[in-house]
Amino acid sequence: MFAFIISRILQALPVMLTVALISFAMFAYVGDPVAIMLGQDFTEAQRQALVKDLGLDQPFWVQFGTFLGNAVQGEFGLSYRLSRPVADLIAERAPATLELAFTAAFLALLIGVPLGVYTGLYRNSWLSRFFLTFSLVGVSLPTFLIGILLILVFAVWLGVLPSFGRGDTVKLGWWSTGFLTWTGIKALILPSITLGLFQLTLIMRLVRAEMLEVLRTDYIKFARARGLPNRAVHFGHALKNTLVPVITIVGLQLGAIIAFAIVTETVFQWPGMGLLFIQSVNQADIPVMAAYLLLISALFVTINLIVDLLYYAVDPRLRIGRGQGAH
Amino acid sequence: MTDTLRRFFDSDIWWSFTRSPITMLSAIVALICILGALLAPWIAPHNPFDLASLNLLDAFKPPAWIEGGERAYLLGTDDQGRDVLSAIMYGARVSLLVGLSATLFATTLGVTLGLLAGYLGGKLDALLMRICDVQLTFPSILVALLIDGVVRAALPREVHDQIALFVVIFAIGISEWPKFARTVRGSTMVERNKEYVQAARVIGVSPPRIMLSHVLPNVLGPVLVIATLNLGLAILSEATLSFLGVGVPATQPSLGTLIRIGNDFLFSGEWWITIFPGVTLIAMVLSVNLLGDWLRDALNPKLR
Amino acid sequence: MSGQNPLLEVRHLRVEFPTRRGTLVAIDDVSFTISAGEVLGVVGESGAGKSMTGAAIIGLLEPPGRIAAGEIRLDGKRIDNLRYEDMRRIRGKEIGAIFQDPLTTLNPLYTVGRQLAETMTTHLPITPAEARKRAIGWLDLVGIPAAAQRIDSYPHEFSGGMRQRVVIALALCAEPRLIVADEPTTALDVSIQAQIIALLKSLAREKGTAMMLVTHDMGVIAETADRVAVMYAGRIAEIGPVRNVVKQASHPYTVGLMGSIPPLDRRVERLAQIDGAMPRLSAIPKGCAYNPRCPKVFARCREDRPDLLPAGATQAACWLYAGGAKTHG
Repeated sequence: MFAFIISRILQALPVMLTVALISFAMFAYVGDPVAIMLGQDFTEAQRQALVKDLGLDQPFWVQFGTFLGNAVQGEFGLSYRLSRPVADLIAERAPATLELAFTAAFLALLIGVPLGVYTGLYRNSWLSRFFLTFSLVGVSLPTFLIGILLILVFAVWLGVLPSFGRGDTVKLGWWSTGFLTWTGIKALILPSITLGLFQLTLIMRLVRAEMLEVLRTDYIKFARARGLPNRAVHFGHALKNTLVPVITIVGLQLGAIIAFAIVTETVFQWPGMGLLFIQSVNQADIPVMAAYLLLISALFVTINLIVDLLYYAVDPRLRIGRGQGAH
Repeated sequence: MTDTLRRFFDSDIWWSFTRSPITMLSAIVALICILGALLAPWIAPHNPFDLASLNLLDAFKPPAWIEGGERAYLLGTDDQGRDVLSAIMYGARVSLLVGLSATLFATTLGVTLGLLAGYLGGKLDALLMRICDVQLTFPSILVALLIDGVVRAALPREVHDQIALFVVIFAIGISEWPKFARTVRGSTMVERNKEYVQAARVIGVSPPRIMLSHVLPNVLGPVLVIATLNLGLAILSEATLSFLGVGVPATQPSLGTLIRIGNDFLFSGEWWITIFPGVTLIAMVLSVNLLGDWLRDALNPKLR
Repeated sequence: MSGQNPLLEVRHLRVEFPTRRGTLVAIDDVSFTISAGEVLGVVGESGAGKSMTGAAIIGLLEPPGRIAAGEIRLDGKRIDNLRYEDMRRIRGKEIGAIFQDPLTTLNPLYTVGRQLAETMTTHLPITPAEARKRAIGWLDLVGIPAAAQRIDSYPHEFSGGMRQRVVIALALCAEPRLIVADEPTTALDVSIQAQIIALLKSLAREKGTAMMLVTHDMGVIAETADRVAVMYAGRIAEIGPVRNVVKQASHPYTVGLMGSIPPLDRRVERLAQIDGAMPRLSAIPKGCAYNPRCPKVFARCREDRPDLLPAGATQAACWLYAGGAKTHG
């Protein structure tokens, strides 16, 4: 088990390094950070001093090493746009994004998996057809349009839910949460539905497809031939086998939720990392972009690691494969 | 030619097409969208880019069937007095252009690299697949956003505005190619080890010819399915980028741009400026997705 | 044939597959019986309808396939028209099944012990603890070494032959009276096939279980079966005691089939072969399905379909025996 975790972390390292290299390359070569930081009027001496100060006169690999060292300590320099430390900006906004993403993922899983199982088992019932049509509309609806439609109905026409912001938040240490106030929870409803709907339909379609695949296998036919009750065949044998591939893709989808949070946050003016990122892309604020990229990849790598561990827990073939590989 | 046509109409694919009303409906909707977009300069009631014809007095007219609407502006007008219907037709043109070009780009790139990786194997294969792995760790929209952001930062604003359309196509295309490469590589490796390919190799057919005439035809089915589903995705990506304000330039508004502009007037009650482009976008993407879904089922005998 | 009531009785079974190009008849007017403790071998080329007959008996035809006519009786009681839930109670309990490929028949995510125990607790009034004890007994019985330790192993930890032994244990563990074994050795190594057949045969005899053994391997049939049914294009061409069918076949198709098996006791210059191929289900010829390939074909064969007719010690669906007196010469 321990060896398994270690090997997965080692596999993730090249990905992280590649991403770090890309971030650094953006940092160092895209645009001219010196010119941006100095503004319009500067002397050659000032420029030289800043170049030296930023370490830009060092060889590439030394610069990259310094960048990595700083990044590991959470040091990403100053935002070109806001002239504040990037780390502070991100720390301020991370709770908003994470709470939104978590709620959306929770909704998507809680509703998507049962719907997928149902439509896979009763593929010809009219309710299944309805869910399936609904899911196709779901995957075809762009996130921002869902948001706009929800705002139009619930904020503009009915006026029951807020259309922007987080409502009141409560500070827990450095973390600000919207879960503890009524306005915070109300503000969370529309954005989390917007963000979760696409993932919900995707998860449902995926679970259904896997379920159909598994129901065709010999071992399910054999389970039926052994006279096991439908309940045992469907929820014992079929569902468990369905979970193996579903876990992987759902894991990747959680990553996608963080990315699509950019769109949702823009629609709802949600003060999270996504909104910060899109403003940075718009203004070519490279340090923020680089830091966001690194942070997101670290998050993805962590999610992948958790997915692998779950996989390991569900599928015994993996455990044995490891055991045999060890000696 | 007539023979090919007859074979097509006798094929299972055509049969399953005629048996699925939803698929036929999607084909019709897709066709209307494509024709409307292609023929916009000739059939659109107004030219939204002709500044001379714009009159601010015409601004914020609701759709024709609502009190205060005019028959000349069927779906109403926007803040500048532009006809929403015409703007949608011109916008769909940009959306389709970007979606198709990006998909074509991603397909070409992915199929070529996938064929090379699968057929040649070795270091090239390992390298390409590692790149795929890394890229697939990230959602494609994020990759497209980053590429767009980097290019934006690297180029002066005027230059960027001029080539913005190509940047978007490039960004979306690059973000989608690994899917094609993965699939093609897998099929290529299967095909490569089949007897007929080995036989071709033994009698001295050159690798490029083997890949083009023997391997490629066998992987086209899945590629077609992915490309169709990807077209829907590419159109959505473009709309998303444009909605976020980093996509196509404001001088060539796509459906996403129109939705973003209209979004500002949602609260003042002028919902038609954003809803009609939105509905068009949904209809377009939904019909393309339904066609892709159907194509996948029709080409996959296992599901029949 | 013995006078007692047969355990399984299949009468005029017809299985159809509706497709877009018309309805395919996969099994056409098939009748046979299996007595308690008897082994009936069913042979034929791929696509002759052997496996589908087995699937029809256990009530697990793949949709859109369906029983269109005829009946299946177990102990005189009809089972072909039961509701799913009633038929489920019979599957495993009264009729066990063994599938072709042991690598795909077992659920990879559950231990063999759990799969055995759940089968037994479903059908027998026993506690989980008792089921586990019996599971070990069954694994031991089918020849898994160190059964008490292996019970908590997953399927992928066994070899193909061992997995088929587990499948056999699963088919037998609720003590059914009939086993439908569909090509139980085809996917195995040749060296293991004989072991599995020997195991099946001895267990069936020991428990008094009747068996329908579907295979295309005449050697397995000759070794194991009491009677044999030869299927061709969804119909039974010949049925009778295994000795007679193998040594003195009546139906020209059976004669051809036997002629294509290399004899071990003498050298032959070349093996006999049957010209042509079995017709596709969509193009079964009028009259006797075998008539285009039959060396002894005559006018009537092309017009009328023969029923099973007495032909010496066996019954053959062949107009050669229309007189009832003629035997194979």
